[in-house]
Amino acid sequence: MKTKPAIPEIINQRKRTNTVTGETITMAHGSGGKAMRDLIVDIFLTSFDNELLSPLEDQAQIDLGQLVAQGNRLAFTTDSYVVAPLFFAGGDIGTLAINGTVNDLAVSGAKPLYLTCAMIIEEGFLIADLRKIVSSMKLAAEAAGIQIVTGDTKVVERGAADKIFINTAGVGVIPAHLKIGANQAKPGDKVIINGLVGDHGAAIIGARKDLAIETDIESDCQPLNDLIAALLSVCPDVHCLRDATRGGIATVLNEFAQASNVCIKIDETAIPIRNEVRGICEILGLDPLYLANEGKLLAIVPAERAEAALAAMRAHPMGRQSAIIGEVVESPEEVVVLRTSFGGERVIDMLVGDQLPRIC
Amino acid sequence: MCLGIPGQVVEIVDIEKQLAKVEISGVRRQVSLACIVDNEHPLEACIGDWVLVHVGFAMSRINEDEAKKTLQLLMELGEAQKEIEAMSESLSQS
Amino acid sequence: MKYVDEFRDPELAKHLIREIESLVLQIGASEKEPLQIMEFCGGHTHTIFRYGIEQLLPKAIELVHGPGCPVCVLPMGRVDDCLALAERPEVIFATFGDAMRVPGSQKNLLQAKAEGADVRMVYSPLDALELARQNPSREVIFFALGFETTMPSTALTVLQAAEEGLKNFSLFCNHITTVPTIQAILESPSMRIDGFVAPGHVSMVVGVEPFQFVATKFKKPIVISGFEPLDILQSIWLVVKQIAEKRCLVENQYLRVVERDGNPVGLKAMAAVFELREFFAWRGLGSIEHSGIKIKSEYAQFDAEQRFSMPNLDVADPQSCQCGDVLKGSIKPWQCKVFGSSCTPETPMGALMVSSEGACAAYYNFGNLPQIRAAKSSNSKEQSKILS
Repeated sequence: MKTKPAIPEIINQRKRTNTVTGETITMAHGSGGKAMRDLIVDIFLTSFDNELLSPLEDQAQIDLGQLVAQGNRLAFTTDSYVVAPLFFAGGDIGTLAINGTVNDLAVSGAKPLYLTCAMIIEEGFLIADLRKIVSSMKLAAEAAGIQIVTGDTKVVERGAADKIFINTAGVGVIPAHLKIGANQAKPGDKVIINGLVGDHGAAIIGARKDLAIETDIESDCQPLNDLIAALLSVCPDVHCLRDATRGGIATVLNEFAQASNVCIKIDETAIPIRNEVRGICEILGLDPLYLANEGKLLAIVPAERAEAALAAMRAHPMGRQSAIIGEVVESPEEVVVLRTSFGGERVIDMLVGDQLPRIC
Repeated sequence: MCLGIPGQVVEIVDIEKQLAKVEISGVRRQVSLACIVDNEHPLEACIGDWVLVHVGFAMSRINEDEAKKTLQLLMELGEAQKEIEAMSESLSQS
Repeated sequence: MKYVDEFRDPELAKHLIREIESLVLQIGASEKEPLQIMEFCGGHTHTIFRYGIEQLLPKAIELVHGPGCPVCVLPMGRVDDCLALAERPEVIFATFGDAMRVPGSQKNLLQAKAEGADVRMVYSPLDALELARQNPSREVIFFALGFETTMPSTALTVLQAAEEGLKNFSLFCNHITTVPTIQAILESPSMRIDGFVAPGHVSMVVGVEPFQFVATKFKKPIVISGFEPLDILQSIWLVVKQIAEKRCLVENQYLRVVERDGNPVGLKAMAAVFELREFFAWRGLGSIEHSGIKIKSEYAQFDAEQRFSMPNLDVADPQSCQCGDVLKGSIKPWQCKVFGSSCTPETPMGALMVSSEGACAAYYNFGNLPQIRAAKSSNSKEQSKILS
């Protein structure tokens, strides 16, 4: 006859190490109960482990004094990541989720400090894939020098989400002396990019089965905060700084031109681009200026600082192929003009909708 | 309808379906060679050929000689212009 | 990139421009009475705008952008037919990318996709064939469009499907031919084109002969051109040279790709699979005789029009739409009443604003620099008048 287990055994059972069982995510993993706790501890806490996260309170508590000591403004941003496919050459949705938000903070001149991580996962998602994504996030966080301090996990029924959506919000502190903004460009300023355009967009195209293009191109997904620190050390009066993501460098240049009420003139022959990215663009009839990037920034700096800024960026691993690609002039205002490799000039407008491959 | 891009045939993939890999600026794609294969140019002989690719088909073999001739013509235009300029300069000086 | 970069050399362009300038002086053309040269093909229009070629030419040459954009001339009724096919639950509708945004009377394919239709973008008709192989329980319909350039690829795909005995593959055939269109333009009373730049990739398939009639019957010079900026400039130079020398013939500038007799394999496949329609409607140009292509009855099992029912209605363009006049070259994009106001790339009324080589979209996105400059400087003159 089986005897009832003694209380100590029940207590010991409850104290067992939290481990996720099974191969796929189920509704239970989002229900707030034991399965969810196991998920959080086994997958998230072991990867993101830090002092602010480990109490697993409903909120992370951050000392204000140490924030205020670093600057006079809080940089605060959020982004959601819905990329498909989830895994591609050079990264995955996890790397994007960290670097994208880090970069949004870094282009204000802030030192990125803390990130949140909220996930919405479709029932049936492979736990092995979740582990891969979280592991990428851990590595990306370490490379960027930030901590993930709080998060949330929801599971929705099959069909209610496309595999996994991730949202990260981030905070950083902006030093008092920096005055970077899209409206700060002045005629005479120079425009600098930190490397080759369109790698991310091309990598995604390469990962798409329907276009069947074989390529080794990898996403350029990388954190830019360290590069920006190097730039600011020689050029603290950077006027404009933005990372070029969806919509490509054309979108950022238009945002600068419009906010600053100036004309930005770009020299097509000065734009660094990989041969293979050119090849993909030529095959599909796409314009590389509109291809997505995940590790590129555009900086507008005073003319007299341009050479020093360029040298500092080129000396950094995230900026080896930096180049001055254009300059700011007075008119026509709010317009971006490209001097083509052929000698003519044309306008580069904002993208409308998605770029679609053409047959003509 | 007109987007055609030059590429080089690097590998035969399917003899029956006349499919090959074409390399364009370092990226590769599967392309049908049906339009450029004939008795003088069988499939295997196409490796190394430069072709014009349009919607997944090689539509023409690019003629290297004609390409050179076209560019040569344009370069000669430039030389002829320089000569004329030089002549008219010397005329106006004399 | 080989065979690409050499034909984008700005130094060689300078030589051509100087030659064109001296010829124009010889002919006596001026900005008030310019030479009007039409490039027929959408691919040429795109290159011209993308490289800012028009600004490099003397003002005595005016480029007129013709209707050679198969996406742009698709009538709304045919797009509605596409939507009817795509919205059938058993159908996978495979299409080229830029066709997805052309407006039908209610919506476009992109919107239909958002609403649940299985619309898939493909780069090649062979990709659509592969979809059919991989999805035997679904009907795969390929949206076939384009001029003669794209006909061989469609025809060869049908022949391949026939060889494999595929039962779930068909195409919605909207191919159109070049010659009747150019003829319609030349016969149009308001037309005053002095010379033509002809589509090199159409000639790559059909050869040089089909364009003879422009020189012999209508006495206009016509040059078959490649698609890199140097090709187009050289072709314009050859047209202007013919005008200056009072000659009138078909010249082939694209000798590295175009053979006199075109592509025999392609032509044979086209003859096997296709036949001419008696009439076909063109957006903005109305019905043109013998300008459309349909699938022969031997291959009826691959003809979506035979296998599926569709509305098949003639839908008139919106009243304010002047696509037809722009397509014929009688007005410039910015002269259209709705250009830039109710018709923009975000809210296109006509297909010329949708496809990136429709004249209106190309002009809107790339080519309005001189006008912007003029507008901005007259604005600032106004402002300084007010301030002083």
